[in-house]
Amino acid sequence: MTDHDTAYRRQLRIVFAGHVDHGKSTLIGRLLYDTDSLPDGKYEELKQVSERRGMPLEWSFVLDAFQAERDQAVTIDTTQIWFKANNRDYVIIDAPGHREFLKNMVSGAAQADAAVLVVDAQEGVREQSRRHAYLLHLLGLRQVLCVINKMDLVGHSADRFAEVSGEIARYLEDLGLGLVGTIPISARDGDNLAHKSPHMPWYEGPIVLQALDRLEPMPSPIDRPLRLPIQDVYKFDERRIIVGRIETGILRVGDRLLFSPHNRTAVVKSIEAWNAAVPPVEARAGQSVGITLDEQIFVERGNIASHDTHAPVLTSVLRTNVFWLHDKPLLVGNGYKLKLATEDAQVTVQSIDRVIDTQTLAGKKGEAVHRNEVAEVTLRARKMLALDEYADNPATGRCALVDVYDTVAGGVVNMKGYPDQRRLYQVKGTNLHEVEHLLTPDARAWRNGHKGAVIWFTGLSGAGKSTLAMLVERTLFNKGCHVYVLDGDNVRKGLNSDLGFEPGDRAENIRRVGEVAALFAQAGFIVISAFISPYQVDRDRARKAAPDAFHEVYIHADLETCEQRDPKGLYKKARAGLIQDFTGISAPYEAPGTPELMVDTDRQPIEDCVRQIVDYISVATLLEAPDAATAS
Amino acid sequence: MYNYLEELEARTIYILREAFNRIEPLGMLWSIGKDSTALLWMVRKAFFGHVPIPMIQLDTGMELPEVYEFRDRIVRDWTINMVVEMCPPEETMDPTLPPASRAAARKTEGLKTLIRRDAYRGIILGIRRDEQSTRAKERVFSPRDLDGHWDFRDQPPEFWDQYKTEFPEGTHVRIHPILHWTELDIWRYHLRENIPIVPLYLARDGKRYRSLGEKNITFPIDSQASTIEEIINELEATRAPERAGRAMDHESEDSFERLRASGYM
Repeated sequence: MTDHDTAYRRQLRIVFAGHVDHGKSTLIGRLLYDTDSLPDGKYEELKQVSERRGMPLEWSFVLDAFQAERDQAVTIDTTQIWFKANNRDYVIIDAPGHREFLKNMVSGAAQADAAVLVVDAQEGVREQSRRHAYLLHLLGLRQVLCVINKMDLVGHSADRFAEVSGEIARYLEDLGLGLVGTIPISARDGDNLAHKSPHMPWYEGPIVLQALDRLEPMPSPIDRPLRLPIQDVYKFDERRIIVGRIETGILRVGDRLLFSPHNRTAVVKSIEAWNAAVPPVEARAGQSVGITLDEQIFVERGNIASHDTHAPVLTSVLRTNVFWLHDKPLLVGNGYKLKLATEDAQVTVQSIDRVIDTQTLAGKKGEAVHRNEVAEVTLRARKMLALDEYADNPATGRCALVDVYDTVAGGVVNMKGYPDQRRLYQVKGTNLHEVEHLLTPDARAWRNGHKGAVIWFTGLSGAGKSTLAMLVERTLFNKGCHVYVLDGDNVRKGLNSDLGFEPGDRAENIRRVGEVAALFAQAGFIVISAFISPYQVDRDRARKAAPDAFHEVYIHADLETCEQRDPKGLYKKARAGLIQDFTGISAPYEAPGTPELMVDTDRQPIEDCVRQIVDYISVATLLEAPDAATAS
Repeated sequence: MYNYLEELEARTIYILREAFNRIEPLGMLWSIGKDSTALLWMVRKAFFGHVPIPMIQLDTGMELPEVYEFRDRIVRDWTINMVVEMCPPEETMDPTLPPASRAAARKTEGLKTLIRRDAYRGIILGIRRDEQSTRAKERVFSPRDLDGHWDFRDQPPEFWDQYKTEFPEGTHVRIHPILHWTELDIWRYHLRENIPIVPLYLARDGKRYRSLGEKNITFPIDSQASTIEEIINELEATRAPERAGRAMDHESEDSFERLRASGYM
């Protein structure tokens, strides 16, 4: 018996994309005919069906199976068809070119190893040519072949070919997407598909069939760090089997696995397989597996298993490049269900950072993202998510958004400027026991004459945080309050002298300040912290450290104003590229959604700001008579 | 060590596990043919020897006797929760349908009755894209409306294995875990895994069934292929379409589309 399953070359999945009516379906139909791949009777059927509609032979009917598609001569939905050439199987995915059916184009293209972008020689590069190219890039396709179709309509002109192919090549170059080749063809006549065209002797490159031979299937990502998103946990019998598909890397019996986001670990005891002669000891990317662990730790769907040396990023904020597919626009503040690998999470749109014009690749600020638009948006989840940068690990770096019943968008994760929150959430010491204080906070408050509090200033560099903190501190001190300012000067020199200015270090800096501020507040102090603290998640963590005593004060000034003030010359350096990840310039600032207080140093004199803050603090730290609550 | 059939299988198992986790109650149509039997085999792989989903046969009473014998043997040997749904009689079908399509319509009605009665939210089906051009346009998770209709003009986006798993009350989803397999893939898999099949697929006296349906509307083809290896060799050479012996596909240009839009598999 021959070993049938190793004899076959891996199939290649190619999507045909491009503007409506540029001839994708025709190209595919003709390619199948020329490679002798149409089943018996199909050609006759096509002739008959075309004649019935009073058309010349319509190749696209091979794929456009729906009556509505044939009647309107437009592809509505994506389809797949197999053909054999060059000693391998190709799966051809036809993607509709009409902008109405972009969701179907995406559904087809997302499954492909490579793409053929079809451009009409006469019409040239059009709206959907660019949009499709952009989406191919966003979907992660890196092998794109361009064909300039309908060369017969431009008299097989070499000049016109050079013009159109130059235009598309420039666009793709701006995207950072290389072309594997550009071929002049006439799909209807079969020119340069499977046979070299007699009409274009000036073209000396490969014909379509030869170019397809040079494309390769996406390599199996076994050399990336292990990612096993958990699908389910089975208890059909005495075994507790954890199942999922290995997206990247290799898993072996005996490996210690880290499950994110909860960070529990256990060792792989077995890889389970039904009907296997020998139980497997290793499994690789692409395989759907079931494993048992040496310890019964809590694991559930949505967790991601990795090796602990290369764990995924933990975050509750994610920046994504999304393509929006729904009629209702995406708006700031809207909530959606995010699906990432096997995890689900409720997310809120925190900001729309850039809406991208796929025609010019220019970005602009926007209040909404409309159907078929592409944008950079920041999403905030209510829980911690384990994920990767799309560039590092596509399978765990992309997501879909669902609005009630409908998938409304897809997006790829781009975490530039956001720290990994993994370190910040772990309590490293395990021998910590809380020592009970004999003194109550109330006792301290009555001794001091006011309650302890964390007054947390946040705002851009140059907004006036330090200036205000010092003035407020002096005013309160003069009123007899126990007050102290924590700022970069006194914290960075000692407590946090080990930290730099990487996003991760900056987050750790803020975490420590939050903890220290909470201790000050418990000690009865009014502590004012004056840090940019650009991320909501960091401020929320600080609030958690002092839940009843935390007051967020947004010190607001427009970026332009701050940049003009530039008291430390930092903006200038950041603009010159001398400082990386500078808030407002090259890293995001997340304005507080609901601060306890906001002052505007742009529009109010400084004394007013001080008075406003002092008034607020006086009320917030006011002592309540022991029976006040019941009396009112 | 990791070959293309394993790749196809891994994807099918992933889809089966997604369906089992996300959709309840869930059932699978087992037509007893080569495709859904291969799929049933992969159900056992996905769930480590168990079949935790009921297997449903839409019975018109018109299958060949070998089919019923095979069914009863597998149900016993593999410990299957088998649901046999008798389809309504042909006289009650839409008389404007061509005759062979009426048999398909019986199954559609049987399926609708079953889904309504047992409140299934998901039905797993062993259809493939390469069988028929409207099936080529299917999604893996394909929603059906309250009447079981397929709105093929407006299918949901489906990418990166994020399937549609949220549905309004009263609707259901068809799940197609072997959509990406071809007829040849299925036979190569049968050979590799040594999966039992109805013997009618193998040639006897120069005839075999390439596709199995009701005895009055399905016809055997001329063939000498009496083993699975020979079937594979035959298919690698042939250009005759798989469903050539299925009368219902060829009655009119749109007969299959009409059947599928109204809820056929």
